[in-house]
Amino acid sequence: MLEYAPAPESRSVVQIAPSYGLFIDGDFTPGKDVFKTINPASEEVLSEVALGSPEDVDRAVAAARRAFETWSARPGSERAKYLFRIARIIQERSRELAVLESLDNGKPIKESRDVDLPLVAAHFFYYAGWADKLPYAGFGPSPRPLGVAGQVIPWNFPLLMLAWKIAPALAAGNTVVLKPAETTPLSALFFADICRQAELPPGVVNIVTGAGDTGRYLVEHPDVDKVAFTGSTEVGRQIARSVAGTGKRLTLELGGKAANIVFDDAPIDQAVEGIVNGIFFNQGHVCCAGSRLLVQESIAEQLLASLKRRMSTLRVGDPLDKNTDVGAINSAAQLARITELSEIGTEEGAERWSPECSLPDRGFWFAPTIFTGVTQAHRIAREEIFGPVLSVLTFRTPDEAIEKANNTPYGLSAGIWSEKGSRILAVADKLRAGVVWANTFNKFDPTSPFGGYKESGYGREGGRHGLEAYLA
Amino acid sequence: MPKSSAPRLSVRKTFKLYIGGAFPRSESGRTYLVDGDNVALASRKDARDAVVAARKAQPKWAAATAYNRGQVVYRVAEMVEARRSEFKALGTAGDEVNAAIDRLVWYAGWSDKIAQVAGNANPVSGPFFNLSSPEPTGVVGVIAPPSLLGLVSVVAPVIVTGNTVVVVSGGPQVAVTLAEVLATSDVPGGVVNILTGHAAEIAPWLASHDDVNGLDLTGVDDPALAVELEQAAAGTLKRVRRAGTTDFTADPGLAPMTAFLETKTVWHPKGF
Repeated sequence: MLEYAPAPESRSVVQIAPSYGLFIDGDFTPGKDVFKTINPASEEVLSEVALGSPEDVDRAVAAARRAFETWSARPGSERAKYLFRIARIIQERSRELAVLESLDNGKPIKESRDVDLPLVAAHFFYYAGWADKLPYAGFGPSPRPLGVAGQVIPWNFPLLMLAWKIAPALAAGNTVVLKPAETTPLSALFFADICRQAELPPGVVNIVTGAGDTGRYLVEHPDVDKVAFTGSTEVGRQIARSVAGTGKRLTLELGGKAANIVFDDAPIDQAVEGIVNGIFFNQGHVCCAGSRLLVQESIAEQLLASLKRRMSTLRVGDPLDKNTDVGAINSAAQLARITELSEIGTEEGAERWSPECSLPDRGFWFAPTIFTGVTQAHRIAREEIFGPVLSVLTFRTPDEAIEKANNTPYGLSAGIWSEKGSRILAVADKLRAGVVWANTFNKFDPTSPFGGYKESGYGREGGRHGLEAYLA
Repeated sequence: MPKSSAPRLSVRKTFKLYIGGAFPRSESGRTYLVDGDNVALASRKDARDAVVAARKAQPKWAAATAYNRGQVVYRVAEMVEARRSEFKALGTAGDEVNAAIDRLVWYAGWSDKIAQVAGNANPVSGPFFNLSSPEPTGVVGVIAPPSLLGLVSVVAPVIVTGNTVVVVSGGPQVAVTLAEVLATSDVPGGVVNILTGHAAEIAPWLASHDDVNGLDLTGVDDPALAVELEQAAAGTLKRVRRAGTTDFTADPGLAPMTAFLETKTVWHPKGF
């Protein structure tokens, strides 16, 4: 492998305070208990963050409720301008936020800088423009906001998931209480500061940090009108159960086990890039990751040889190094889960392969890994691993590919690689998945709806469809 | 034939289930009396059989052209018109029969328009074709209100988009009569399956069934049962349409259709 000199991004663009309180009603207030957030690439403590209690959630929901009256009554054109302001500030502070995101999450700076932050700003711009055009969105002539939205987001794209939740909610006239993930609270707290910079009225956005219990208090709070959750299918089920009978509106964006289908006429080099992007982007911490490669038998050998060659060039290491392709696993717990499922893969008879790569001594790391000889019964073909681990299966006919692709309770995304247009469209029609990438993978855009079929959840985020979740 | 002085004895109708295009009795052998009629009392096993029939019929029904599905639903309207006296004999007012027919016609017309209203092209920042279109959710359990208009208002929007349904009806004679209409229309067997019996007994099996994708609770009048069903549906993250309005004369809007549609977004690069 080519040796590259380290090219670290400067940390000095971001100032992390030793501790952060909860952002409620426009002010930071200390919490009673605290927890630490660490850099998963070094295990260094970055900051101490408040552990939101039930009383804190009560205060945040009450602040959001008070703010709702005036926020929802403002003309859409005025709400729009706040969102445009926020989008602009994000653009202006994007280097700082990208470094912060890589520090707290472990993702490569190349991704936080070139993917996460541009999409975050674009998302606010997109929904800003909807705020004064809601009657034209196709959800009735006089759509109304729902009220207070309780939103719980995951750790894989912390600021992007915040944008997906907050931008449409505010555009539609709702107010929000958002709980960021336990292991990645910092960018949401920086976003709170951006809300103050934008002079957003107090209480319109409230950020309550904490762990699972804090999130549970929030979604079960009786004065919350709308619950939006992105995370595991297991927690999604619990939330759906707890919301039952309350009349709260609910959208869920949950797990996935996407099939990435490569037909024998696919452009191999492009497909290999797509496979690598599909499973190793963001360390595989992506609910729509292409974690099951379905390759047509006649080209399997050739494709796997190319894939292994390409994987050998992946640079795993310091997230702040601009050359890094694969960063740190987000937490010790996630590393343990990836490790366990990978061991099960070997025990169940699949063949494991990783390129040679030296992993740093400190922090949480997992080498890019593929399993071949995987059958549909294997746990690594059925369960979401949420890490840089690819399970390879083969097929002979398009029907077999479709059947295998759909043989999962999930239905978030899928990939198709072929040069034949009619085949792509026919297969796309038959895949039970909310997003189908043909001859591309892991593409996101604020105008493009995202969300799943079956047990990958319900509702869409992004695009015109994304407004529906926040309108009555 | 010898003449008898006794008055002619009428032939009574047995109200049976409608599963996979056939009219079986309940596998349990049970019946119950409703306003003097013997009606099949559906069991858990009947519910499961109905789900199997609905699942089997779903891919072909979804793959039918929208034009064809619209024609089929319109044919149902024609057949209700032709059999309006049967519904009137069951106590359905003429105005309600009219409204039910008109609603079927309304939904028939939606079959090849809903994708244009609920789907759209997305102007993404890059050289990509990007299109979002609605697709049917799959098999939907429908707890239907007893009236003809209520029944039509919850079944038509679900099937016209390509879903198949298992209906639990609280108005058995009306529902079975509609089943007889469906059987003599062009609705393929298994697209609509109708179970008569008690929602409290059958609906929980549909709510927890792994092969049911959605649940419409419009006809559930017991709030505690509605909560129980919604909780059971959470196990497989079914799409749930909650018990809401009972005014079926109002404009239904798009929600009865969109509640059981998924949005699929397809990307493809553009380039020479």
